Amino acid sequence: MLIDRIPGHRVEQHKPTPRVIVSAETWRMLTAELAAGRTTLFGLWGDAGQVHMALLEQGEIVVVTIECRDGKFPSVGQVHPPAIRLERAIKDLYGLESLDLRDRRPWLDHDRFGVKHPLGAHVEASPVSTPYQFLPSEGESLHQIAVGPVHAGIIEPGHFRFTVNGETVVRLEQRLGYVHKGIESLMAGTSIEKAARLAGRTSGDSTVAYALAFANAVEAAAEVQVPARAVFLRALMAELERLANHFGDIGAICNDASFVLMHAQTGILRERCLRAADVCFGHRLMMDRIVPGGLARDIAPEGQTHLRALIAEIRKVFPQLVELYDNTASLQDRTVSTGFVQPSLVRQYGAGGYVGRASGRAFDARHNLKYPPYDQLSLDIPVLDAGDVDARVWIRIREVDQSLSLIEQIFDRLPRGPVCIGLNPAGSREGLGVAEAFRGDVLVWVSLEGDRIERCHLRDPSWFQWPLLEAAIENNIVADFPLCNKSFNCSYSGHDL
Amino acid sequence: MRKLLFESLFRRPFTEKAPSPNDAAVTELATAVGHAARRRLGRSLSIREVDAGSCNGCELEIHALNNAYYDVERFGLRFVASPRHADVLMVTGPVTKNMREALQRTYDATPNPKWVVAIGDCARDGGCFAGSYAVVGGVSEVIPVDLHIAGCPPTPTAMLQGLLALLERVDAGAATS
Repeated sequence: MLIDRIPGHRVEQHKPTPRVIVSAETWRMLTAELAAGRTTLFGLWGDAGQVHMALLEQGEIVVVTIECRDGKFPSVGQVHPPAIRLERAIKDLYGLESLDLRDRRPWLDHDRFGVKHPLGAHVEASPVSTPYQFLPSEGESLHQIAVGPVHAGIIEPGHFRFTVNGETVVRLEQRLGYVHKGIESLMAGTSIEKAARLAGRTSGDSTVAYALAFANAVEAAAEVQVPARAVFLRALMAELERLANHFGDIGAICNDASFVLMHAQTGILRERCLRAADVCFGHRLMMDRIVPGGLARDIAPEGQTHLRALIAEIRKVFPQLVELYDNTASLQDRTVSTGFVQPSLVRQYGAGGYVGRASGRAFDARHNLKYPPYDQLSLDIPVLDAGDVDARVWIRIREVDQSLSLIEQIFDRLPRGPVCIGLNPAGSREGLGVAEAFRGDVLVWVSLEGDRIERCHLRDPSWFQWPLLEAAIENNIVADFPLCNKSFNCSYSGHDL
Repeated sequence: MRKLLFESLFRRPFTEKAPSPNDAAVTELATAVGHAARRRLGRSLSIREVDAGSCNGCELEIHALNNAYYDVERFGLRFVASPRHADVLMVTGPVTKNMREALQRTYDATPNPKWVVAIGDCARDGGCFAGSYAVVGGVSEVIPVDLHIAGCPPTPTAMLQGLLALLERVDAGAATS
């Protein structure tokens, strides 16, 4: 067990996983373990005068905390690169600095907030802004292409700096943070209800997963069990959200290879899912339907019939589309071997979702952490080794089948009864919640003071996927970037917070 | 296989296959928007979408406007890749401080006459993100807004209704000026 190797002061009110306050020496030992690949970085975030790190080892999560002397802590990123951006974000928001991280550039702070370290000391910022230094690329005949933050499609904003040699991408560097809304500062001191609304708007495409992870964290902290019916219906919503997003993605990837037919067809299936969600839960994206304590409302009486009809329809139509994808040589020519991500990189970054599973990392929070009701449902986790755009499409295709089966299983054993329970937390409490969103595992950590949020951190799966996109595009041609990017479909808003 | 798909597409268009009052309203609405646009502009209406800080929820529903059910392009409503091609800027989200300049520049790059439609509750006044150190507020804090379409996110139908309202207002303005 991971916890047995971590000496330190155990925080009793942290539920359901342990939290340990550790010494700098232990912190360094754990960092070395991360670098050696023994554990996986699951989250790294700041707090008042301290830094928390979530570690994952074989389905076990432990949070460790280091108290920062003089606002400094030993760098994780310097020995374990997946932590670099997280550390830069901690410095921007809290002013807590990692001792030896070489990359001193800001990440979320673009010199526009008017304040420095808004969640920490909150000091007035100087009005002079410093230009952002992109990493250098040297060589003959290189030139740069700057893209964004406003992109050509209907997508979120971010900046991509390509260095290219002819058509070949030599280096891609991302600059994110454009949609930083200060969600964590808005949550601090607010009521659980308001924070739940904010959690559900961290990344709109994963509103169900975020609301679920947040509710899991709050319920763990308050030590309440939500009614079984709510647990099953939450999973139903999560699978419906996954279906809608996977259909959208499969079509959009093909669309970026100029195969519009698939986009049109999967767009129909996606719309059907959204309409079914509207019929069942009264909102197309199911926003604000999952609340701490259970559900805002039960499924509509006609919901089950409606969804079962939808499943039958998808089972009829979707295999034809899969066959079409598989048998269209011009499409395969674009997706196969494009945007390859090394399995070793995926393991190192602990990349979740289809990005990880397409490169051999068999992790899915539903399966590996067995949170209810998935401990009672049968679920196969598709894993491939090819690591290219094609593999990321196939993972989604296989997961569609799994989600359909899960919805049926949920209906087969959906318990009767209430869907909500009162919370009434008292005193200081802490909780951790995880949910598998369509793009990977969402982590939410919450600290409660009575019925108010003292501090909440939300970690999007994209934190560990965005950097891999930089690796995936290397040596591909510029024209294949949209394809690679869409096959990742990382969240900007969830990452920028 | 592909031939079969094409045939099924031509044989059974989706608007006819499931004619519910809802779908009929959508078709009617989209046609009306198209006519009004042509009256005013003599051609189709080009829309440039700008995410100024949204959670991506509004973008998903704007995408839905292009699917086979709503298919706004049938009526000459077109999403374009550059503000220089646009008549309308559709702006979502609370405007974040980090996006303020990009939004202003996109507006400046859009040729006149132009209209700005603010999509969603956040775009009106910052919504649940109002008051943050990182958020400017609603879209109108940065650029002039001609119309707000409420909702979190607004449904595709609500967005079509909003575009219609905008065009009627523009027409009325043209008649009186």
